[in-house]
Amino acid sequence: MSMTVTEIRRGLSNGEFSSSEITQDYLARIGRHNPALNCFISVTEDIALAQAQAADEALARGESALLTGVPLAHKDLFCTDGVRTSCASRMLDNFIAPYDATVVERIREAGAVMLGKTNMDEFAMGSSNENSWYGNVANPWNTAHVPGGSSGGSAAAVAAGLAPAATGTDTGGSIRQPAAFCGVTGIKPTYGRVSRYGMIAFASSLDQGGPFARSAEDCALLLQAMAGFDPRDSTSSNSATQDYSAGLEQGVEGLRIGLPKEYFAEGLDSRLAAVIETAIGELRKQGAEIRDISLPNTGLSIPTYYVVAMAECSSNLSRFDGVRFGHRCDNPVDLEDLYKRSRGEGFGEEVKRRILIGTYALSAGYYDAYYLKAQQLRRMIKDDFQQAFDSVDLILGPTTPEVAFAIGAKTDDPVSMYLQDIYTISLNLAGLPGMSVPVGFVDGLPVGMQLIGNYFDEALLLRVAHSYQQVSDWHLQTPGDFS
Amino acid sequence: MSEWESVIGLEIHAQLATRSKIFSGASTAYGAAPNTQACAVDLGLPGVLPVLNQEAVRMAIRFGVAIDAQIDHQSVFARKNYFYPDLPKGYQISQFEHPIVGTGSITISPDEGETKTVGITRAHLEEDAGKSIHDQFPEQSGIDLNRAGTPLLEIVSEPDMRSAKEAVAYARKIHSLVRYLEICDGNMQEGSFRCDANVSIRRKGDDRLGTRAELKNINSFRFLERAINHEIERQIELIEDGGRVVQETRLYDSERDETRSMRSKEEANDYRYFPDPDLLPVNISAADIEEIRAALPELPEQKKQRYIATLALSDYNAELLTASRDTAIYFEAALAAADNDQAAVLANWILGDLAGALNKAGLEIDDSPIPAADLAQLVARITDNTISGKIAKQVFEAMWQGEGRADDIIEARGLRQITDSGAIEALIDAVIAANPEQVEQFRAGKEKVLGFFVGQVMQQSRGKANPGQVNALLREKLK
Repeated sequence: MSMTVTEIRRGLSNGEFSSSEITQDYLARIGRHNPALNCFISVTEDIALAQAQAADEALARGESALLTGVPLAHKDLFCTDGVRTSCASRMLDNFIAPYDATVVERIREAGAVMLGKTNMDEFAMGSSNENSWYGNVANPWNTAHVPGGSSGGSAAAVAAGLAPAATGTDTGGSIRQPAAFCGVTGIKPTYGRVSRYGMIAFASSLDQGGPFARSAEDCALLLQAMAGFDPRDSTSSNSATQDYSAGLEQGVEGLRIGLPKEYFAEGLDSRLAAVIETAIGELRKQGAEIRDISLPNTGLSIPTYYVVAMAECSSNLSRFDGVRFGHRCDNPVDLEDLYKRSRGEGFGEEVKRRILIGTYALSAGYYDAYYLKAQQLRRMIKDDFQQAFDSVDLILGPTTPEVAFAIGAKTDDPVSMYLQDIYTISLNLAGLPGMSVPVGFVDGLPVGMQLIGNYFDEALLLRVAHSYQQVSDWHLQTPGDFS
Repeated sequence: MSEWESVIGLEIHAQLATRSKIFSGASTAYGAAPNTQACAVDLGLPGVLPVLNQEAVRMAIRFGVAIDAQIDHQSVFARKNYFYPDLPKGYQISQFEHPIVGTGSITISPDEGETKTVGITRAHLEEDAGKSIHDQFPEQSGIDLNRAGTPLLEIVSEPDMRSAKEAVAYARKIHSLVRYLEICDGNMQEGSFRCDANVSIRRKGDDRLGTRAELKNINSFRFLERAINHEIERQIELIEDGGRVVQETRLYDSERDETRSMRSKEEANDYRYFPDPDLLPVNISAADIEEIRAALPELPEQKKQRYIATLALSDYNAELLTASRDTAIYFEAALAAADNDQAAVLANWILGDLAGALNKAGLEIDDSPIPAADLAQLVARITDNTISGKIAKQVFEAMWQGEGRADDIIEARGLRQITDSGAIEALIDAVIAANPEQVEQFRAGKEKVLGFFVGQVMQQSRGKANPGQVNALLREKLK
């Protein structure tokens, strides 16, 4: 079962199957495969079936919105009215939001059916989905390997055909890296393109929601439903959204694509580099002009990111204090005990590490050396990209330096884990859109190619990816155990 | 003369009179049942985001324009991080490096005829926290988040005040200004206007600042003065006994009339301020500022000058009438029901008898039992000679007691002044006839006896005879 959203929409409108039928199929697949993959924290069967029925009734009346009757899953940090939103944390194991995130609301209003909430690294902090209170997620291509993170559950669910599409969030690569590791297509839009309202914050100036799907064409549909100004999010952009599907067929003829030399330097697995080279060759064949460029401050992106992201998260996670919602320790003796034990018990190790580092970076006497310095570097990284976009239309490189690593391989070495994000992180610092497209395999594990666009150039990225996907089928392959 | 000089700076939190909160749509109305005016944003639920209430920004700019402050074109919100149960997000959204209102100043009059300029360092916008309630549940504390997210303008002065009296004059001036600007209701009991005082002392002539204590929890001007004076005494005694002032926060206890240490600097929080990434910087254009400046109401100083120039009021009375917006409103409402040439008499009544009666009853002027138009009627009866000034006091008393308007009381009690010279002459004749001895004395040149006759005639008329007429007629008849 490897249908795309586009195929499902066609099948629904042709009456080949109903939303209820296909929803039941997906729920059955989740029931069969989720125990091995652990993609879902919650499966919302009742809601899914009710929404599917409503969709079928709407379709019968001839009413069809963008995603009417299409089943999909939400990363478990998008708040869902009446359904637990855990952020994969013990802290929120008991948290049921009284409202829908804007993304959830828009997708619901577009007619989609919610299958459930997907697993992730706790509070989106991680690159392997090993930091989850609900256990790690397995990569469908090799269940001894990680699916990437933090949106590992969403990526693995789409790869294994447990959902045709899913939402994710990307703070430093959390959509693109798991998309690459699982061989699916994912896009992180420009910062501000998709509302953050109801998306539980990790690092507010970096977080951005986006879709996973099997193709660029599907991602265009999903993004269309998700994107747009939201008065409830002051950082959301009020610029008009594009029609992301309209220009997909325009091809890449004449487009100038830049290859940053820093993205093909030491640290990149040479076998992976070769796979990317082949994909580049394909785009060149289609008429793209390939240029070498430089993003000289790439090396600064990881330290910069970890100061900014941790500083923001140390503050964002202060509200989880055991007072109003979430985990509260048993029998606190006083206020301090309540805070210490509730937070000590509620948060996992990586979350605590980041809160501590962030708190340190913002402390009196260190603020200038860390936070302020990081903001300066952030501007330099942004300037690098702006200079590059003077001479190219988009930038291309690998999404990750290596393919999905084995579960447990990096858990004792957080810095090596952080280095996984070397190619993805600088986009978040700059606020630029990026996407990951499957371009082949190394050791039986998928390789992702990253496309980076200028601000609000999502349509261009989708068009280039779609053009590539017209002559390749990497994105449509399904892991044997789950076909 | 003490060898010590006190140095005082104030931090005033003025609650802005917006209808909804600074970052959410919840109501700011006071007195609702606990937690009924706290929405998801106020509760700091996971995933919610703040959206700035533009009205709060406009109000802050109004204040800035009124004190001629520097207003930068970009203002930034920052997070002040600390844990407390009534602070839902674990941080307060405030401003740190780029406050909306920069350096400005205001002129105060601590004593009649004396003026002093007090520097204002900055004024910034921030959200209020909720309230912790410690006395309603045994072994537990309650949290009421109705107040969480209420917009505050924190106005920080320079340490320019040198006495409690100056500090109070400054606080009153700011209080009056925010009321004039209609950006704060000024209600100190409900906490809409709160003062924290930074107090230190130093030897006279020393230009370094001493270590300061911050006094909190002061909810009236009277307490502000007392708390500061207590603190000055405490610090002088401490140093004179060989001790040292430590930087700390002290809570004023109005029941015991003392300050108590709350926390010292060593235990103080490191607030880890940083720009709030959920909110974009606020851009304020020169045109925005000009628009707000053009729409400013008449401010106390302008009003005072107008009273002096067009109503011929004394500088002193004009100052007193404009010191509080409510007094000025009362005065202008009374004047609207009177003639401009009655302004001085009206002012005297408002600042004299009415102020005295209000003060005695513990009432504010906007709760006056005598409406402004009624006071104007009373004054009109004095100027048109219906009653004398003395009778007017009786009428005022009756009006205060709620017996009706001036005309009704004058009528009901028969207080109309006797101006019929025939009637007055009859009274005079009777008095002269009854006091031949005093008549002789007057005629022998003892002028003072005239007062006796006036008093007798007025008494016979029960105060209703026109004193001027009585005087003139008496002189004629005694000739």
